[in-house]
Amino acid sequence: MTKGGGVTNQRTSVATLNRAALTRRLVERLEHDEAVIAGIGNANFDLIAAGHRPQNFYMLGSMGLACPIALGVALAQPRRGVIALEGDGSMLMMLGSLATIANMRPANLTIIVWDNGSYQITGKQPTATAGLTDIVAVARGAGFAASEWVRDAAHFDALIDRRFEAGGPVLLAAKIDDEPGKGRQARDPPLIRRRFMEGLGASRD
Amino acid sequence: MTWSDTLLQTFKDNEVRLIAHVPDNVLAPLIKAVAVDNYFVSVGATREDEAVGTATGAYMAGLRSAVLMQTSGFALIANALASLVVPYQIPAILVISERGTLGEFNLGQTLVARTMRPTLEALGIVHHTLTDQSTLRFILDSSIKQAFTTQAPVALILSPLLTGGNPAAQAHLV
Repeated sequence: MTKGGGVTNQRTSVATLNRAALTRRLVERLEHDEAVIAGIGNANFDLIAAGHRPQNFYMLGSMGLACPIALGVALAQPRRGVIALEGDGSMLMMLGSLATIANMRPANLTIIVWDNGSYQITGKQPTATAGLTDIVAVARGAGFAASEWVRDAAHFDALIDRRFEAGGPVLLAAKIDDEPGKGRQARDPPLIRRRFMEGLGASRD
Repeated sequence: MTWSDTLLQTFKDNEVRLIAHVPDNVLAPLIKAVAVDNYFVSVGATREDEAVGTATGAYMAGLRSAVLMQTSGFALIANALASLVVPYQIPAILVISERGTLGEFNLGQTLVARTMRPTLEALGIVHHTLTDQSTLRFILDSSIKQAFTTQAPVALILSPLLTGGNPAAQAHLV
């Protein structure tokens, strides 16, 4: 497993962390213009709150598509690290994408699932991960060789202390609290796309 | 040249290299040809909206892409079109094998097929129904170029008039 791993953690025994703090820690760590694709809702809000980067892509809707979008970016630019930030509810909506990604084997793709067991922004209805479903186990079953729970903040730091363009696909799941996302939603889709494409050096004009 | 050959060649002529697809009997020869051709990145998706997401990501990262699906699969992507492709101005090339008409045996297919063109119209997505090999290349090539030039999606509907329809249908029709 990735550096800092070694022990297989259980979802019932890991620390409850804070999404905004981990997102900030991740963004501070990025040194190679990694692409970051955030799913709708709080994954998005906390990425925005961590400070805009030209390599960030913010979704407005299309719940569940952060991982498929990230797969496309990863396949198009195999030398760039690509990170998808997704909530548990969104991930549950698109579990099939884990099977697709595992079989495509993009070495440069990392998925981070923020799991608070709740559809937090629609009224805190419980998700399946509040019950029996273990996202890390689902990813392993889908074919991810590298899939693990984040034990605590120090473990998260150790797990992201690597180059993101190799060693994947990786799925990391962190148990998080229910603090609402901090940033304001970006509302100009063509501008978001254009900045992202320029940030990836993919703009043709 | 078959319609499948023409599609493959037109993709190449326009540097459309990532093909995301969900299986369909009519599309089978095209999906197979893409999978064995190193020019293409072939992504077999589990759902059509997943395929649209991957094609969108690839486009934004500089790799032109297309999505292959069946009529019933198109019915799964309205939200991906309305909240991703259209507002973000993604030139998604949507190739749809048309079922539900001209010799359909499955009532579900005939019903879901009726939602396709109204959905495209409602979202203002340009669409063409391809019926004839003689005009196929012109429509494909000009539509793909227009999509990338105008940052707009296009739906290319493959009619049974062009493809011969679902090869499995004959056994079911009375």
